[in-house]
Amino acid sequence: MTNFSRRRVLRTLCMTATLLAVGAGGSALAQDRTSVKIGYAVSKTGPNAGGAGITTIPNYVLWVKEVNDAGGLEMPDGKRLPIELVEYDDRSSAEEVVRAVERLATQDKVDFMLPPWGTGFNLAVAPLFDRFGYPQLAVSAVTDKAPEFVKRWPKSFWLLGGGHDYTEALASLLAKARDDGTINDKISMISVADGFGIDLVTAARPSFEKAGFNVVYDVTYPAGTTDFSPMISEASSNGADTFVAFSYPPDTFAMTQQAQVAKFNPKVLYLGVGVGFPAYGAANGENATGVMSLGGIDPNNEANAAYRKRHEEVTGQAPDLWGSVVTYSSLQMLQEAIKRKGLDRDAVSAELSNGTFETALGEVKLEDNQLRKLWLGGQWQNGQFVAVAPADREGAAAPVLPKAPWKAQ
Amino acid sequence: MRKGATWAGLALLLAVLAAAPLYVSPYVLGLLVGIAGYVTLATAWAMFSGPTRYVSLATVAFFGIGAYTVAVLSETLPYPLVLLVAALIGLAVALVVGLSTLRLAGVYFVIFTFGLAELVRQLVTWYEINVTGTLGRYIFLPLGPEHIYWQLLALAAFTLSLSWWVSRSRIGLALKVIGDDEVVAAHSGINLTRTKLMLFAASSVIITLVGAIQAPRWTYVEPAIVFNPTLSFLTLIMALLGGATRLWGPALGAIPLFLLFEWLAANFPNHYSILLGLLFILIVFVLPNGVLAFAEKLWGGNAGKVAAATRGTPPS
Repeated sequence: MTNFSRRRVLRTLCMTATLLAVGAGGSALAQDRTSVKIGYAVSKTGPNAGGAGITTIPNYVLWVKEVNDAGGLEMPDGKRLPIELVEYDDRSSAEEVVRAVERLATQDKVDFMLPPWGTGFNLAVAPLFDRFGYPQLAVSAVTDKAPEFVKRWPKSFWLLGGGHDYTEALASLLAKARDDGTINDKISMISVADGFGIDLVTAARPSFEKAGFNVVYDVTYPAGTTDFSPMISEASSNGADTFVAFSYPPDTFAMTQQAQVAKFNPKVLYLGVGVGFPAYGAANGENATGVMSLGGIDPNNEANAAYRKRHEEVTGQAPDLWGSVVTYSSLQMLQEAIKRKGLDRDAVSAELSNGTFETALGEVKLEDNQLRKLWLGGQWQNGQFVAVAPADREGAAAPVLPKAPWKAQ
Repeated sequence: MRKGATWAGLALLLAVLAAAPLYVSPYVLGLLVGIAGYVTLATAWAMFSGPTRYVSLATVAFFGIGAYTVAVLSETLPYPLVLLVAALIGLAVALVVGLSTLRLAGVYFVIFTFGLAELVRQLVTWYEINVTGTLGRYIFLPLGPEHIYWQLLALAAFTLSLSWWVSRSRIGLALKVIGDDEVVAAHSGINLTRTKLMLFAASSVIITLVGAIQAPRWTYVEPAIVFNPTLSFLTLIMALLGGATRLWGPALGAIPLFLLFEWLAANFPNHYSILLGLLFILIVFVLPNGVLAFAEKLWGGNAGKVAAATRGTPPS
């Protein structure tokens, strides 16, 4: 008889699965609504969980908590409706994120959806956001094709710029240092053989060439590389004053250590994702000073400072110094657009395109559905990762070059 | 008479399934796309690995090749030709891989096939970096979920038919002998390599096509997305749950497992991986020979006769 009960268990399990999967999820179209349903699918597990756990998830958590602590999202008539949250884990699988977004739109019938983490995943769900009529505020997607995507999906918004923006900013910063006689015109460049590294290095080659630089060393390394000493030793003997690495966080931390061990002291040290993590400053202390990367913040921006404080209080960790504040600001924009236009998704999308918003980034107005006023380059100075590029933007600090040699620890 | 009724029933089932996009919600259609995909993958996997007992973890290698071919060619060739090219590339890779590895046995074969997926992924990455200078590719094809579903359904029907035909043909019998004892098979005059190679190639081409058909659903393709090893493991566990040596086994494993995964993902998003691991352990311990074999054991004599009939002797 035990066999039978096992079989019954399995059968019941499967039937429950079918029933729940097919039949669950009530309609939220009642006139007297008591909440606003907001849903998202994001990588809580799998290879993307690291990035999502820093730039995306803590900001979603913080925002929902703040809104609900204040009584909910404010509607145009002044009434407040609390957020009812539906969250899924896409397990870093493209097929799963597609199905989760289908589930959010057609089964859970959420009022608004927040985007997943990563360029690939934002693109995977873009046709669905478009088909079901949801605005998509894509933050963690660095892409040069944003103008093309906006034409294809008019309710998509791209807020972190493209690889080209970052490399142009770097090239102009370096060109100025060269013209001042601080550095020579040779650059050593390495990049990780994965999405981010390839995009950036492909954009960097023409940027450097146009600015009159000579890239004397240009190699890619496979994702997961841990020993960078051959590359560092090559770069330290080829006469280049500038070392650029479009790297992922583990590589960035490892390179910093190995450069110190090898006493490799380029006049400009520019590394990839990871430099903008608070942990980078904490791990390297004094030696972080002078290291450059993408992103950065204006330490005198009070809205941003207040945001950073709340983020640390609520989530127990400080936000990173590149994408986090943009993620949070995108949520503030959505909140404000709902306050102005209500829950009509078309009207909210139009408001996001055309409106002006007060956010943790300062005043934001999108151009062609893209955020163009971004901090493109930063440098660690006095224990803070401050923005240094674009140099002509208000609030930019002056880069300190050449970078001081490593101090013995 | 009974045979005729079975065929009519299957045709009716196919018709009902094919008409599904007309009467189900978009969400259910998404589920059906997933189910059709996994039924095809599991059946194709079991077609080779079931009778020969060569456990292959190369599923995602072929799946990824299919998806990547569509990503590369979707702008330059008409869609049916793209599918054809994908199938041909899958066939070529299967033949090369098969010729060089099917002499391996047991755990060596498992390790090789697992490595193959990583090898293909690194080759694609290397090519993209050094030759084209981009890593992600875009697929903008005017295909909605219903188009993908119909293609997958047709492929699933074809795969089941092929599997049925193989199990009744001489080659199917030869495969069973190989699975039981390779030495005996060789002594009975069976050409071991050719037989294994044919089935491996057929199974791989179908898996390649599943990847090619599903790719337009993602819009953006990069090696990390399409060569996700989880797919190989899911296919394997589905086929094992149903029973890899039976025609309907993989399908009967894939459907409940897929729905169960979906239910877990929707209701326990934070504990999904733990529950999944427990479930795998449970399947291996409680149902080592699959649900169908388990059911047959329960129903004893009656099912034994059916099983004997389906195993049958091939027409001479």
